[in-house]
Amino acid sequence: MKDTTAQAKNKISFKITPARGILLVLGLLSICLIVYRLINGLGVTTNLNDQWPWGLWIFIDLAAIALAGCGFSIAVITHVFHIKKFKPLTRRALLLSFLLYIVALLILFIEIGRWDNFYTPIYSFAFTSPLYEVFMCIVLYFLMQAIELLDISIERFNPPARSKISKIMPVVVIIACLLPFGHQASLGAMYLGMPQKLSAIWSSAFLPWSFLINSFFAGLAVVVLEYHFFSKHYRQPKDNAMMTGLTRVIAVIMLGYFVLKIIDLAARGAFGLVFDGSLEGNMFLLEMVIGVIIPIIFGLSSLVKKTSGQIFMATFVVIGLLLSRFNVIFVGMIKTLGNSYVPSWIEIAVIPGLFALAIFIYLFAVENLPIFQAANREYDAFAGREKHAGYEVVSK
Amino acid sequence: MTEANTNRGVLFDVKQCIGCGSCTVACKLWNDLGYEKPDVAGNAHGFDVELTDKNWTIVTYNREKDANGKDVLRFLKNQCMHCKEPACISVCFAHALYIDENGAVVCDPAKCAGCRYCMIACPYSVPKYEWDKVFPSIQKCQMCDSKIAAGEATSCSAVCPTGALTFGDRDELLALAKKKIAADPSYVNHVYGETEGGGTRWLYISDVPFEKLGLPINVPNTPINDYLHGYLKYTPVVFLGGGALFAALSIYTKRRAKVAGHGEGDE
Repeated sequence: MKDTTAQAKNKISFKITPARGILLVLGLLSICLIVYRLINGLGVTTNLNDQWPWGLWIFIDLAAIALAGCGFSIAVITHVFHIKKFKPLTRRALLLSFLLYIVALLILFIEIGRWDNFYTPIYSFAFTSPLYEVFMCIVLYFLMQAIELLDISIERFNPPARSKISKIMPVVVIIACLLPFGHQASLGAMYLGMPQKLSAIWSSAFLPWSFLINSFFAGLAVVVLEYHFFSKHYRQPKDNAMMTGLTRVIAVIMLGYFVLKIIDLAARGAFGLVFDGSLEGNMFLLEMVIGVIIPIIFGLSSLVKKTSGQIFMATFVVIGLLLSRFNVIFVGMIKTLGNSYVPSWIEIAVIPGLFALAIFIYLFAVENLPIFQAANREYDAFAGREKHAGYEVVSK
Repeated sequence: MTEANTNRGVLFDVKQCIGCGSCTVACKLWNDLGYEKPDVAGNAHGFDVELTDKNWTIVTYNREKDANGKDVLRFLKNQCMHCKEPACISVCFAHALYIDENGAVVCDPAKCAGCRYCMIACPYSVPKYEWDKVFPSIQKCQMCDSKIAAGEATSCSAVCPTGALTFGDRDELLALAKKKIAADPSYVNHVYGETEGGGTRWLYISDVPFEKLGLPINVPNTPINDYLHGYLKYTPVVFLGGGALFAALSIYTKRRAKVAGHGEGDE
């Protein structure tokens, strides 16, 4: 274990261990596949067809963007409502969210058929398309997150220069809190455009708001998982009470989400479809039981006072989020689009490496940027302590 | 034919179609489209074909019973319906799809980013993709826009030997369709395309139910754009109202914390 003397000397330090080597190799494999896809086109590399123009990559995109909701959900809690208790999570959530957006944008780049035209929508001003709102919000939000990370880098490498950027930071933060409300909801709104194709279980004017709310709480669940895994990995002090508090927040928001889902189904008279024993109905029940009801019961009980309970609950929330996107993209469309699509090996193989690359960058970032240090500083300030044990240790 | 008429359309009378396929050949010749490779069963040019990037129009074959319960063969010509308020245009985030000066729904490949949202949003699943190309484009019927700009009929309706296809002004075609239905009780009392998806420029009349021919009958009469607008109209409210609310809340909660004695700067 090393200390942060490297940081003090303004030098970048990053040790490549065998595990990190594997992450890098996986990442390079993905990049090779990406290049292969860009050179050869969609027909050669994917099993997408005229019946199923959207497939696995769209699912990964929608899931990654929803899970990247951790950035805005934590930012809203700590920057808009200024709930001090959760401040230590701000930078960790920002970094995590940023990396998930990188994954999503990379997949989006190979998913569109004309990657040479990726920029044309920027000046199309296609205000009738929810996808335009999605695209513009993500591009701008990614930029805002980059500025926030730049601010953190300046703090680390050239603290005096930080005053130059600090004036615009409150505005950047507010804009960054706001933009995801646009694209998270608009991702759901994209499916408003196919009312006679998507199963009536999901096809509802509530779908955009459903996407927005579940990205908000699923993002928080991702933070719970990240906090436990990487705090342990880096032997950082853990604040169990803070995590219990966060799981309670998740559970309360989920309870509201569940009630709204029930009201939505009842208002449209779609309850019968849920319990008719069809594939769609059963998958919706699975999504609700695993992804919503079980986590709510956990989150409101005393089980989340323990780390294991928190991890269990957060895992179910994330699985539930994945199911909710899977159901809209695949299950809800099967009846009209048929079953002619199974992802190709390239479509599948490109994915793990991108997440490996994201983890690799994460490790590099937390070891060279004040991500955990700031967290510990916030924690000490909140707990009224001068300095926490393990304050300086960030490399393993 | 009046000049600069953007309200052109085609009426397809199912009862008059003999399934000769002349329209599909004329389409391929005029638009210089290639042919699909025959599959194992040799189905590339028969009645089991599907719309693809190379097949902008197809004729399908249906063995049905007519109004008198007699076994009959009925054929359906498929192509882009050229909606008055097309879903594909509403959802296109690159503004690559548009209604041109002749009223045809066309795609500009120079703008298309290839998201394929139009393919999945089209109620009739008409737009198809050039999957075998490295830089593919959306392909579909363009209503022979250069021909109709010159005052001619579309290539398919020009070659129809039985009068099943009639090219003309949409309002006149609609009146003609209703006259035909009124004169012959064997027709289904509905002009398909009059109201579907807010109305289409291609209209269908038939003596067998439309769903038996494979036309989607669950297409809402509301244009897809209205569904999207029902959400998108809130966007300015969310951003402006939300921005003001968040800014105010941020300042208020920060100040409240300061007053409470935990004064500390923002991140």
